[in-house]
Amino acid sequence: MTSPLLDVRGLKTVFHDLAGSWPAVDGVDLVVKPGEIVGLVGESGSGKSVTGFSLVQLIDAPGEIVAGDVLFNGEDLRQASEERLRSLRGDRIAMIFQDPLMTLNPVLTIGEQMCEAILEHRSCSREEAMKEASHALSRVGISSPDARLKQYPHEFSGGMRQRVAIATALLNKPDLIIADEPTTALDVTIQSQILFEVQKLSRETGTAVLWITHDLAVVAELADRVAVMYAGRIVETGTVDDVLDRPRHPYTLGLLSSSAATVAPGERLKQIDGAAPSIDARPSGCPFRPRCGRSLPLCAQIDPPAQVQADGHSYRCHNPVTEGSAL
Amino acid sequence: MTAYILQRLIQSVLVLLAVSIVVFLAVYGIGDPIELLVPPQVSAAERAAMIRRLGLDLPIWQQYLSFLGNALQGDLGRSFVHGIPAVDLILGRLPATFELVFLAMSLAAIVGVPLGLLVGLNPESRVSRAIMAGTILGFSLPSFWKGMMLILLFSVFLGWLPTAGRGETVSVLGIPISLLTLNGLKHLTLPALNLAIPNMALMIRLVAAGTAEAKTQDYVKYARAKGVRSKRIVGRHILRNILIPVVTVAGMEFGSLVAFSTITETVFAWPGMGKLLIDSIYQLDRPVVVAYVMLATLLFVAVNFLVDVLYAALDPRVKLTGEMA
Ligand SMILES: Nc1ncnc2c1ncn2[C@@H]1O[C@H](COP(=O)(O)OP(=O)(O)O)[C@@H](O)[C@H]1O
Ligand code: SF4
Ligand SMILES: [Mg+2]
Repeated sequence: MTSPLLDVRGLKTVFHDLAGSWPAVDGVDLVVKPGEIVGLVGESGSGKSVTGFSLVQLIDAPGEIVAGDVLFNGEDLRQASEERLRSLRGDRIAMIFQDPLMTLNPVLTIGEQMCEAILEHRSCSREEAMKEASHALSRVGISSPDARLKQYPHEFSGGMRQRVAIATALLNKPDLIIADEPTTALDVTIQSQILFEVQKLSRETGTAVLWITHDLAVVAELADRVAVMYAGRIVETGTVDDVLDRPRHPYTLGLLSSSAATVAPGERLKQIDGAAPSIDARPSGCPFRPRCGRSLPLCAQIDPPAQVQADGHSYRCHNPVTEGSAL
Repeated sequence: MTAYILQRLIQSVLVLLAVSIVVFLAVYGIGDPIELLVPPQVSAAERAAMIRRLGLDLPIWQQYLSFLGNALQGDLGRSFVHGIPAVDLILGRLPATFELVFLAMSLAAIVGVPLGLLVGLNPESRVSRAIMAGTILGFSLPSFWKGMMLILLFSVFLGWLPTAGRGETVSVLGIPISLLTLNGLKHLTLPALNLAIPNMALMIRLVAAGTAEAKTQDYVKYARAKGVRSKRIVGRHILRNILIPVVTVAGMEFGSLVAFSTITETVFAWPGMGKLLIDSIYQLDRPVVVAYVMLATLLFVAVNFLVDVLYAALDPRVKLTGEMA
């Protein structure tokens, strides 16, 4: 077994307000191996983005990372200096954000915004940086890249902007890309094009990807492994085949039944009843209990610990789904 | 772009026309300059001849029309007091005012932008609170009072700087400039500071508000996620965005200072346009006052246009089209 590129243990990130401190990420364990694509999936508000930013220590007040280790190539990023983190960000760990309209600076050219990602990490001339940026743009399927570099974000469509973000992430051949719902704002055709390209690029460059999404269909198409997140925890994780074909956690099963990818055409999508609890109103015991059809009296008292099967498939549930059972 | 310029030109002409009517009527109502201009011992016949020579016997609309006709040929009348064309008189005072305002606005920007950044980045710090309290003073102290306090402190008590006048000038392309001699610069400092203070306060507030907003934007977080150093994030990503409102406001302020730095120029006896305006109003020098307001309007129209062009240059999302105006 290859040693992990990213090894997260017991990560806990809280948000403080006048009434107290509320965990948005509550004891997350997560492993990403070199070159692998991991999907982090869950409903909106489950803590996926906060997890992503916590990994690179980009949590601002009123948020705070209060516990856990984030080992990247064996180095604990929670102990790293600000300058060390800066030198890793964008170089060894690149990020792609959800909204490509908001993340590019509206008054700087694409070329400048791509070049700075190179020039802040390596000493090379502006011309060389531009050449690399141009090459990266053509790699993600943007034609006449040299002219495009002189343009501003508003001159690009949403899909094109997201390609720019992907190209930027690739510039320094990072070990890990954290992509936070990068295709959510795009239409389905462009989304699958981008997924296909990301997969290809990841295979070519050996870059590992943590792909954050609320859409299991995307995970099915793209990822090697998947971690399902609910109320700040990873409630189930394993290979895509294991988790999507043989889900053990009732929440995963609920997500699957409500996902267009797994339901035959014509059949109705089943939504999970209720909504994810907000961070200041998490129930005791298993956080999924109020929405769960399989709950036992025990579920109200004890938050289920992770059960790891021999094949690495793990889940946190007192009354796991068995093959063939329904929600 | 051409359509835009054409539209702006038509608008400008209409504005100038409207202002000319208002000003002409207003100044007409101020008082009869003849009483001031004609010595009491002059005979009635000479007095009537003088009135006729100045065109003051005609009905107001005829006076206006002849004023308008002359104005179209660039002639805004002769000063009653100085006997030379009003425009020449005003333009002769322009360099003094211009260098004063230039220095004042430069000071305001050089001090205001960094302090504004400081406040915007750490609004809660003690230094920031002190600076913000200072801006309230900067806004609210009346100009003449501030001017006198500056004179008291720097001229009377400390004896460092002169209180009045332009000092030595050097001639550049025939235009006298104080900025380039040490003595001239000393004369410039206090009036420039007096003009600069409220504008510094304005700049600080503008930049601080812009910075506080910009730093929470996703593009800043994204730049951090790319590993961009904070120096560059502030100096390039944030500053470049807040420059847009700053340049707009600074441009407008520049225009209004050139036209109306009357109080400061009076307090410091700075021989600029503002001082000329005040003197002309006291002396009921009607042509000068009218010409002054017309030129000031022209200046505002020009500054507005320049600011729009600059705005478009700074913000790639803005295109100058006919519809925008
Ligand atoms: N800046 C913030 N201030 C306060 N609470 C926040 C902030 N950001 C996120 N949260 C809380 O953390 C929870 C998880 O957010 P997030 O990670 O963005 O969810 P996801 O990405 O899964 O949709 C949210 O429900 C929200 O209550
Ligand atoms: S632990 Fe209980 S409540 Fe939670 S998911 Fe499993 S069965 Fe449902
Ligand atoms: Mg999110």
